[in-house]
Amino acid sequence: MIWLERLLAISAKEARQLARDRVTFGMIIGVPVLQMLLFGYAINFDVRDVDAAMLDQSRTSLSRQLVGDLQATQVLRVVREAGSERELRELMQRGNARVGIVIAPDLERRLFEGNRPAVQLLVDGSQPALEKIAQGLGSMPLLKRAGTSATGVRRFEIRTEYNPARRTAVQIVPALIGTILTMTMVIFTSGASVRERERGNLELLITTPVTRGQLLAGKLLPYVIIGLIQTTLILGVGRVLFGVPMAGSFVDLYLGALVFIAASLSLGLFISTIALTQFQAFQMAFVTMLPSILLSGFMFPFEGMPAFAQAIAQVLPLTHCNEIIRGITLRGATLADMHVPLLKLVIFLVLMFSLAVTRFRKRLD
Amino acid sequence: MTVAISARGLTRRFGAVTAVDGIDLDVPRAQIYGFLGPNGSGKSTTIRMLCGLLVPSGGTVNVLGHEVPREVETVRRKIGYMTQRFSLWDDLTVTENLDFMCRIYGLDGATRRARMKDRIRSYDLASHANQRAGTLSGGERQRLALAAATLQEPQLLLLDEPTSAVDPQNRRDCWENLFALVAAGTTILVSTHYMDEAERCHRLAILDHGRIAAEGEPKQLARDIDATVIEIECADLTAVRRVLVTVPAIRSVAQLGNRLHVLMHRDSADPERELRASLAGQCADARVERVGATLEDVFVAATQLRRPDVERAA
Ligand SMILES: Nc1ncnc2c1ncn2[C@@H]1O[C@H](COP(=O)(O)OP(=O)(O)O)[C@@H](O)[C@H]1O
Ligand SMILES: [Mg+2]
Repeated sequence: MIWLERLLAISAKEARQLARDRVTFGMIIGVPVLQMLLFGYAINFDVRDVDAAMLDQSRTSLSRQLVGDLQATQVLRVVREAGSERELRELMQRGNARVGIVIAPDLERRLFEGNRPAVQLLVDGSQPALEKIAQGLGSMPLLKRAGTSATGVRRFEIRTEYNPARRTAVQIVPALIGTILTMTMVIFTSGASVRERERGNLELLITTPVTRGQLLAGKLLPYVIIGLIQTTLILGVGRVLFGVPMAGSFVDLYLGALVFIAASLSLGLFISTIALTQFQAFQMAFVTMLPSILLSGFMFPFEGMPAFAQAIAQVLPLTHCNEIIRGITLRGATLADMHVPLLKLVIFLVLMFSLAVTRFRKRLD
Repeated sequence: MTVAISARGLTRRFGAVTAVDGIDLDVPRAQIYGFLGPNGSGKSTTIRMLCGLLVPSGGTVNVLGHEVPREVETVRRKIGYMTQRFSLWDDLTVTENLDFMCRIYGLDGATRRARMKDRIRSYDLASHANQRAGTLSGGERQRLALAAATLQEPQLLLLDEPTSAVDPQNRRDCWENLFALVAAGTTILVSTHYMDEAERCHRLAILDHGRIAAEGEPKQLARDIDATVIEIECADLTAVRRVLVTVPAIRSVAQLGNRLHVLMHRDSADPERELRASLAGQCADARVERVGATLEDVFVAATQLRRPDVERAA
C-alpha cells in the first residue's frame, strides 16, 4: 500500500504543479483546439475549381460539349483560352492555369477510331494533389457522347466507402487525435522530468526511499489523464465543427487512446533520461515528432512509401494509433478487430517504459 | 557502534579532475562533524558519495553500519540530506512541500500530521505555511529545507552548506536547531566555509583540494597548529610589509585593523626576536607579540600554504 501511496504522492504533486503552470495548462487546452482548427480547415485534399486553360483546335460542337462536361464535374474551371500550344504552356508556366486542356483538331475522327488520344490533359506536376485529379478526369466517359463503341463506357466506378461524401475532415480529424497527442505528451513528460533535474529537485528526491518505478509511473499518471482530456476535446471539436461521425464504441476508442498515450509518455520519460536540459529534451521530442507525423499515414498514404520508410513507420506508435482510431471511428471496428496494431502499441509501451526505468539511475553520475 | 560514518581511501575522479583524493573519515555518533574548506575542495562530492548519489572511484564507505553504495537503499531510510542548492519545489507551498516529503518517506496519516505540525512550529514556519517556497527568503527556505530533512527522524543528517544564503541571526538559530537535534541523538555532518560555524562543531575536517588537511576538535587544532602566530602593531604597516616579504620563514600575512597577523614556520627558536631584529632598521616602533592561533589560522596554515617540504616532494 505504501508502494501505491508513494506513487500517488508523486502524481498529486505533479498535477498540482501542472495546475499552477499557466502556460503549460493553457497548452493542454489550446494546442489541441488550435491544431484542430488549423488542420481541419486548412488541409483540404478535396480539390475544386482548379483553374484550367483550354486550347481547342477542333472548334466543333462536340468539343464544346466535352469542355462543358469537364466543367460540370466542378473540378475544373476553364479560365483562359489559348490560341496556340505555346500560349497554353506560357499560361501554365506563369501559374495562370494549373491544368491545360488540348483538344486535337481531328477530335471526331480520333474518337471514332479510338486508338489515339483525342483530348490531352496537361497537369502542373509541381502541385501534389493535382495529378490524381487528372487521372480521375481521364477516366471520364467522354466517348459515350459520341455514341460509338463500347470502349468509351466507364470502366471503373469508384465509390468511397466509410466516407461517402469524401470529405477530408472525416479522414483528418481521427488521425489528429494521435498527432496532437504526440506533440503534447512527449514534450510534457520529457520537459517536466528534465526541469526537475535542472532545478535540483531530483537530487533530493533520489536520496529518499522512493523507487525508480514509483517515480516514473507517478510522473506518467497525471499526463495520462491530460491525454484523455485532449482526446475528448478533439473528438468534441471534430463532431461539432466538422461533423465527424463516430461509428464504433467510445470505450474502445478511449482504451486505444489510453495505450497510445502511455506509450508516448514513456517515450518522453526515456528522452528525459538522455537529455540534460529542457532545450535538449524539446529538440529530441521534435526529432521523434516529425517522422511520426510524416510517416504515420496522416499526411501521405502509407502504401506509397518506400520499404525503409514503412519499416520506420512500423516502429512509430502514431502509425498504429492512427490505424486503431480510424478503424474505430470511421469503420466501426472493435478493439478486438484492431488487436494487431494494439498489440504493437503495448509492446512499444512496455519496452519504452522498461528502457526508461533501466536508464534512470538514483544517482547523479 | 560509536561511529556513524567511516570511510577509507575515499576517492572520486571526474575525468582528469580528482575531486576527492583518498579521504579517511570517522564521524562519531550524536555529534556535529564539520567539513571546512574553500569552494571546490570536495565537500559536496564527499557528501554525495556518503549518501550514494555518486559512486566512489575508489575506497570504502560505511554509513550507519551499512556498506555504501551496496546497501544504499537501507541507508536512505535512515538519513536526511539537505542539498547545497535549495531543492524543494518552488511552486509548492511550505505545507505542500512538507506533506509531499512525508508521503515520500512513507509516513502514515497520523504521524504525518503530527510531524508537520511539530516541524512548522519548531522551525518557525507557521506564518509562511501557505506561501510558495519560491517566494521565501533565504533564511526561511533554509528552515524549510532543514524541516524537510528531519521529517523521517533520521539518525544521520547530511547538510551541505546549509547556511550559505542565510543572515547571521538565522544562522545562529539554525545552529540552535542543530544542537537540539544532536541532544536527541542525531549525528550531523555539516559542510561550511564560515569559520565561526566551524568553531561550533564537535569535530572538524579541513578539506583542501580533495584531501583532509587537518582533522580534530577545533580547540585541539588551534593548539596543534603547525605555525607560530605573531601580531605586529606599527604606525607604518606598509613599511613592515616590505620587510616581511624578505623574511623566508613567513608563511602568510593578513591585516586586522592596524595590526598585521603573521603566520611563521615553527623551525625558528625565537621567532619574535628574529622579527624584531629584521624590523629594527625601518620600523623601530613596531610591537611584536606572539598570540594564540584562531581557527582561521589553522585553516590558512592547512590550506593556502602547503608545507614547503610537501611541495618540494611533489
Ligand atoms: N559532476 C561533476 N563533474 C565534473 N567535475 C565536478 C563535478 N562535481 C564536482 N566537480 C569538481 O570537483 C571539485 C570539487 O567540487 P565540490 O565537491 O562541489 O566542491 P565544494 O562542495 O567543496 O565546493 C571541483 O573542482 C569541481 O569542479
Ligand atoms: Mg559544495
